[in-house]
Amino acid sequence: MGRIVVSNLGKAYRQYPTRWSRLAEWVLPGGPRHTLKWVLRDISFTVQPGEAVGLIGINGAGKSTLLKLITGTTQPTAGGVHMEGRVAALLELGMGFHPDFTGRQNVFMAGQLLGMTVEEIQQLMPQIEAFAEIGDYMDQPVRVYSSGMQMRVAFSVATARRPDILIVDEALSVGDAYFQHKSFDRIRSFRRHGTTLLLVSHDKQAIQSLCDRALLLDGGRLAKEGLPEEIMDYYNALIAERENATVRLNATPEGRMQTVSGTGEATVADIALLDESGQRVEVVDVGSEVTLEVKVAAKAHIPRMVLGYMIKDRLGQPMYGTNTHLKELPLESVEAGEEVTYRFRFPMNLGPGTYSVATAIVSTETHLVNNYEWRDLALVFTVMNMRRPHFEGSAWLDPVIEIHRP
Amino acid sequence: MIAPLMLRGLWAYRGFVFGSVKREFQAKYMNAMLGALWSLLSPLAMIVVYTVIFAEVMHSKLPGAAADARFAYSIYLCAGVLTWGLFAEIIARAQSMFIEQANLIKKISFPRICLPLIVVLNALVNFGIIFGLFTLFLLASGSFPGAVFFAVIPVLAIQLLLALGIGMIAGVLNVFFRDVGQFVTIAMQFWFWLTPVVYPVTILPPEVRELLGWNPMARLVEAYQQVLVKGVAPDWMSLLPVLVLALLLCVLGLRLFRRRAGEMVDEL
Repeated sequence: MGRIVVSNLGKAYRQYPTRWSRLAEWVLPGGPRHTLKWVLRDISFTVQPGEAVGLIGINGAGKSTLLKLITGTTQPTAGGVHMEGRVAALLELGMGFHPDFTGRQNVFMAGQLLGMTVEEIQQLMPQIEAFAEIGDYMDQPVRVYSSGMQMRVAFSVATARRPDILIVDEALSVGDAYFQHKSFDRIRSFRRHGTTLLLVSHDKQAIQSLCDRALLLDGGRLAKEGLPEEIMDYYNALIAERENATVRLNATPEGRMQTVSGTGEATVADIALLDESGQRVEVVDVGSEVTLEVKVAAKAHIPRMVLGYMIKDRLGQPMYGTNTHLKELPLESVEAGEEVTYRFRFPMNLGPGTYSVATAIVSTETHLVNNYEWRDLALVFTVMNMRRPHFEGSAWLDPVIEIHRP
Repeated sequence: MIAPLMLRGLWAYRGFVFGSVKREFQAKYMNAMLGALWSLLSPLAMIVVYTVIFAEVMHSKLPGAAADARFAYSIYLCAGVLTWGLFAEIIARAQSMFIEQANLIKKISFPRICLPLIVVLNALVNFGIIFGLFTLFLLASGSFPGAVFFAVIPVLAIQLLLALGIGMIAGVLNVFFRDVGQFVTIAMQFWFWLTPVVYPVTILPPEVRELLGWNPMARLVEAYQQVLVKGVAPDWMSLLPVLVLALLLCVLGLRLFRRRAGEMVDEL
């Protein structure tokens, strides 16, 4: 139960040269008169029961079409989808809500659209009401609802029963923070009970915290498949990719995949973490003074150069990032062949764990204008607690404690 | 044959079908003060208009009706107008059903064959109300034809099949060629006046009357008039070709629907 097998899936739309050609094709002999416009091609992947897979891609990459094919809304042109188990799709929350009917009546409508009977919905109603938490509004017409309230009701119905397969399309980005947490919790609890999850999102954190694996769709094809963090890095690089930029993948000695993108006019020649005595280290103590040393080699004339770095935890969540634009230290007119050494000194106020450093060589504060080089996982280091009493968390916020006892 | 699969889908979504019929009926009147009363008032108004204009103003008399049969023309009119109304409503709604529900079809996966069923059931609800009222009138005015009244049911069944067949074909075609919807609307007006609903068939010249045999609705409406006005059973043999035609159109409609359902979603 709960397996999704997608094999050689393809979708093409028919395009007819004129309004009359379709009629001609239907009634006259002489074969097809349309051309096919492929939006998805050769998509094959399997989601194992209980697995959570994230689907990532820029707008127009074919994510929505793929989800529609998987849920059976649209018919594939090639290949097929095989699913085992009961499927719930959170694609368009609130689809088919009628504004003049009350929330309760719309719950029945939405439930019936999911193939439930009136008795089943009646049984689930107390639970749906409790989860939506909209109180008396349940018996008011939906037209007086805020969009967040409508979304609460819609989500509550759609997830009233635990499905074997749950398909979620960005739906969770609506609603207030409280309900977002609540809906994430529900999805997590479904996961614990064995629900297979397919999630489409641009939200890095959602993908990284929920998914075991990620798929990257690009131009209607499956471009990459791997760990969520790797795929998210690659995706970010892809967004930044300029006309003459390239995205490369290097394997680090630890076996992780390092994504490097950009035009390559400047590159990180060397990067290291140094302790107080200037020795290269890979393991540092909590709270110790360190220096991040980055050597940048310019391959061409660069009018304005900014170096940025970001320290990320094991899940890829940002801990701290800054750049020399924000610190008001950009370099003007760097010549080809020049090698610039940057030293960033700071106390390592992070909790125990492994961290990675990503670097970016750009011209302004973002990597979207000129991206000379963007390098994920440029450096990996470990923070250990060697001298201090045990503490929790990923930040070192050591307090001075004052206690007054009258 | 995929038909059992369609039936299974319909059965699984029976809650959705009945729910939709109920909601559509409610939605029409829920914000009106008189509520469902309007579903009686509008057809009633139509009957009054026809009766007043044709019976009183134009002094149309039913040839062969007894002079004391005050309601003969009204009954004749209702027998045709009410059943034609059902026929026309199904076709009008069916030809636009896929386009109207484009959002639902494009975004939610459910058996699309539910849609024509919802259209037919909805039209039947409206028809049930007005025809029930008409039956009460027959009883009250002492014009109830007796047991032969129930011969209306098989005639209705044939008519539903005919409407469903035409509606399905028009509905699917209309998605691809929007001209079909426009054409059907105009064609239905001509068809109404080419069928002896308002006028008696006897006012037509014999050559034209021959041609009416080619009009399936003329045969059906005549059957209703036979039962309700004259109180005699319809000529079943004359309805047989209509039944065959209706079944053929239904099969054609279903086949068209099955073959184009996938393409339809892309086109909407």
